[in-house]
Amino acid sequence: MTRWLRRSYSVLFLLVLWEAVSRGGLVNPYFLPSATAVAGRLWGMLLTGGLAVDLGATVLRVLLAFGVAAGLGIPLGIAMGRLRTVRWLADPFVSVGFPMPKVSFLPIFILWFGYDLSKILLTTVAAVFPIVAATHAGVAGVDRSLLWVGQNLKMREGRIFLRIVLPAILPQIFNGLQIAFPVGLIVVVVTEMLTGGRGVGTVMMMGARFGDSPAVFAGLVLVAALGLASLKGLAAIRARLLRWHQETRAAEMAAA
Amino acid sequence: MSLLVRYLPLLLALAAWEGASRLGLISQGLLPGLSEVVERWAYLMFSSDLLYHLGVSLYREAAGFLLSVVIGIALGVAMAWSLRVRECLEPLVTLTYPVPKSALIPILIVWLGIGHTSKVAVIFLGCLLPMVISTYHGARGVDPHLLWVGRNLRMPALRLLTRIVLPAALPDILSGMRIALAVSFVLLVSSELLIARAGLGFLISFLGEAGEYASMFAAILTVAGLGFAADRAFQYGMHRVLRWQQGPA
Repeated sequence: MTRWLRRSYSVLFLLVLWEAVSRGGLVNPYFLPSATAVAGRLWGMLLTGGLAVDLGATVLRVLLAFGVAAGLGIPLGIAMGRLRTVRWLADPFVSVGFPMPKVSFLPIFILWFGYDLSKILLTTVAAVFPIVAATHAGVAGVDRSLLWVGQNLKMREGRIFLRIVLPAILPQIFNGLQIAFPVGLIVVVVTEMLTGGRGVGTVMMMGARFGDSPAVFAGLVLVAALGLASLKGLAAIRARLLRWHQETRAAEMAAA
Repeated sequence: MSLLVRYLPLLLALAAWEGASRLGLISQGLLPGLSEVVERWAYLMFSSDLLYHLGVSLYREAAGFLLSVVIGIALGVAMAWSLRVRECLEPLVTLTYPVPKSALIPILIVWLGIGHTSKVAVIFLGCLLPMVISTYHGARGVDPHLLWVGRNLRMPALRLLTRIVLPAALPDILSGMRIALAVSFVLLVSSELLIARAGLGFLISFLGEAGEYASMFAAILTVAGLGFAADRAFQYGMHRVLRWQQGPA
């Protein structure tokens, strides 16, 4: 408990300072609503059910987009690493599209897919690039001697892939997923701010537009919690799936 | 493999775009032809105010990005250098790191208005954490032998920093900068699309609302090309700067 307190005193200090500054009238509560006011707003959102609907909409969108991005991106990355034709076909699009700010394409997406679908599709597009790139790099970097062992054992291609390549690239795939999810969150929040509908981004933008700053800050708290939960969740899944891998062993050794 | 063969699929896609719109396979309202978009781009660039909006966006981008690089490196080094700074900043970094940075846009609009300042601040804050974290990791990972050598040579702290710590941390700092660069363009476009009176994002939403889709496509491709060119240029510079390092950097 004391160690936890020691590790987080600057955060606690900031919270107390926030409350004091806002309560003490040092700044206009319009600019900085007190921490308790924001908590109260969150409580109110919880009671009216708005919290569940808006947070649920955002979570659903980002999970759907992330799932589609992973479902398309991992196979594409693997195919790019194993098949020359696919690499030739897809590489220019990946290398040119990756560094582009995908958000700028939102107006085109709205034009083509309407306000609802464009949120999910743009998030998918933004999340798919890191996944493809990381998977491709992983497949390209599989230790040759492992493949030779498989070939010497007369394993069939499919078996080599399942038993050697896939386990070897799993850490890289996870790197890609762990980069893609925060990107997806950034984009889903922006698209919600820009196109409305339900969602935490809309809550924040409406708050900013109508001078309802507790709503803006409540939205920020929700999005931050979402970011933190996804970060921890992905790390936990990674540790679980890669329990056999050296990286997990090394971490456990270090912790012991 | 020559460049032409390498980028042939991309060229084919562009040709298909032009062909589909020429043959009327896709309505002009949904996808204006490539040649029309290029023509609109040339018009906007040379006879209208695309250059002005480009300048505004570039100014915001450069100000926010450079500010975050300078302050981020300073904070990262300070965190690696002093236990007290680390204990103070680490919980804050851990807490704020997972926040999707686009969520800061409405708050900064409330605080700083809809002009330059809020955009620069969004980019600065969004890029700050990647810079702090990568610098911190780089500076923490400096081979202690190098530091001992420096201390034995009685190097003053500042010299130790500029001659040993920063060069050794450079690969990490540069890869942090590359991440920050990508983040900065996303935040630039998002904040300008949301609310602004100038800048490429503003131009895109203005043209879109006016129904000038060919011009809107031209403006969008300008932003996308800018992000792409910035990344390529940075990558090129990174390889040059890291040339002294052994092995592939």
